[in-house]
Amino acid sequence: MQSEAESAPFMPATDVDTGILPIRESGRGALQISIDETRRSAAQNAPIKARATDLNFYYGDFKALKSLNIEMREKQVTALIGPSGCGKSTFLRCFNRMHDLTPGTRYEGSITLFPDNIDLVARNVDPIEVRMRIGMVFQKPNPFPKSIFENVAYGLRVSGMRSRVRIEEEVEKALRNSALWDEVKDRLDSSGLSLSGGQQQRLCIARALATNPEILLFDEPTSALDPIATARIEELIATLREQVTVIIVTHNMQQAARVSDYTAFMYLGELIEFDQTSTIFTNPSKKATEDYITGRYG
Amino acid sequence: MAAATGVVSEQLRRDVQRRKLFDQLFVLLGMTVMFAALATLAILFLDLVRDGAARFGWDFFTSFPSRNAQRAGILSAWVGTSLVMLVTVAVAMPIGVAAAIYLEEYAPKNWFTAVIEINVTNLAGVPSIIYGLLALGLFVYQFNLGHSIAAAGLTLSLLILPIVIVATREALRAVPRSIREAAYALGATHWEVTAHHVLPYSTGGILTGMIIGLSRAIGETAPIITIGALAFIAFLPTPPLSAEFPYVNFTWLSDPFTVMPIQMFNWVSRPDPEFQVNAAAAGAILLGMTLLMNGIAIYVRYRYRKKINW
Repeated sequence: MQSEAESAPFMPATDVDTGILPIRESGRGALQISIDETRRSAAQNAPIKARATDLNFYYGDFKALKSLNIEMREKQVTALIGPSGCGKSTFLRCFNRMHDLTPGTRYEGSITLFPDNIDLVARNVDPIEVRMRIGMVFQKPNPFPKSIFENVAYGLRVSGMRSRVRIEEEVEKALRNSALWDEVKDRLDSSGLSLSGGQQQRLCIARALATNPEILLFDEPTSALDPIATARIEELIATLREQVTVIIVTHNMQQAARVSDYTAFMYLGELIEFDQTSTIFTNPSKKATEDYITGRYG
Repeated sequence: MAAATGVVSEQLRRDVQRRKLFDQLFVLLGMTVMFAALATLAILFLDLVRDGAARFGWDFFTSFPSRNAQRAGILSAWVGTSLVMLVTVAVAMPIGVAAAIYLEEYAPKNWFTAVIEINVTNLAGVPSIIYGLLALGLFVYQFNLGHSIAAAGLTLSLLILPIVIVATREALRAVPRSIREAAYALGATHWEVTAHHVLPYSTGGILTGMIIGLSRAIGETAPIITIGALAFIAFLPTPPLSAEFPYVNFTWLSDPFTVMPIQMFNWVSRPDPEFQVNAAAAGAILLGMTLLMNGIAIYVRYRYRKKINW
């Protein structure tokens, strides 16, 4: 039999009354955040890579994103968090115009990519061109049922690379950068589907990296993986920061805290709060953000 | 307390057993129906084999039809069938696959494509004699193809187009959205996604549909008779391949021909009981050809399923 006391709410009622943030206390659902000051200032000084200005997005008549204004900094990891249906994946998919594949969708406002100053969601910008500059890794590993080599080489071939030697070089580089090379170097000809789930996801990362994208989008990349494979992907994302701007959608708050420099909290299609990750997780300025990251809803 | 628990579990067990009885009844019913169907086919096949046993042998395949039942063979029939099938594949495959790709991957979803889709499915149900009449008017007289292999191949490809289109569309649809998205995300165009990914990954399903269509076409008699295939033919069409330049020729397309089911029909209608033996033997071989093709279809599907499992 459960006692009344045991089934009581997780947080003491006083938190809400006094406004003391529970996450500042030790224990009780608080995320252990280690604040790295050099990383903080590096993140602050990084140039802007992309800026969304008054971005609205519609599925038919449904307005899924409501005037988002946000800046993504170069070679930093930005995490998008929020409850299911808040529009974080929808926002992510605006960056590579994935929505153009669904009839009846519409963008308003702009996402400007720097330093070229082009608007990614403009009607006169070809989505094919956008997708060649901005890579994406999906929720479920989705390697092509082709060889490991061909999986990674595909983006290069599409972009018109013909030289076998060049392609081999780039494939090896991408596989090394995605920490998969040592595991697959002896069986580049076997099917991508013969790999384990975690390896498949790293293969997908290699595939996206091979074309040297300017931004790499991750749509809940570890939600189909076990904890060990997840840890490897997270390590990988941490090292990717050195070469590419990363935007990652995640349901897992710990993951956002671990891998990202900036965190955006979204709710019902709006951007509620955006700041450095260490700030969001230790000292959020909005009550809704605090409630979400302490697990009170979502 | 213990006694009460015993009663409850007793009750529960009886209840579960009664429900599981339905399970077993259904399995029994299913097995009976399936075996009835299989047994009918097996008996038919074995009966044909027994009746035609006297004719089986190399000579049967290498002899032309003859007035002498003992010496009559199916040479012109199986050569004719093979060539007609060749034309059927060559025509139905590209048109059917292209139509399916258009409908599945490119066509906008509106009332017009909905009407086309419904009619493609309806065409599969049109009696084959109607196709024969259409072909007689269109191919034989309008296009002046005559009673030729080309006319027969075109007729049969019309007949199996709906089968090929429906099967191909299903195969294309089975390629998951996530794979298409992966290709698009790398900057592939619509055509590149289709040609590099969707089409290769659905080859197994497309080939299966094609072979099933062909095994339907191989037994068709009515439309072939309608366009005027000969029932008795003692010569072969010009060989499509030759030893001297240009090695390939297409005169065989306009040659007269006969096919297996017509040869069989011809023998069945003879009063001489000796010819019934020939008919049975030809029937067994035709059935064997159909089963073989279906076997290949199953094998192809199995091979591709093993290679690609999403």
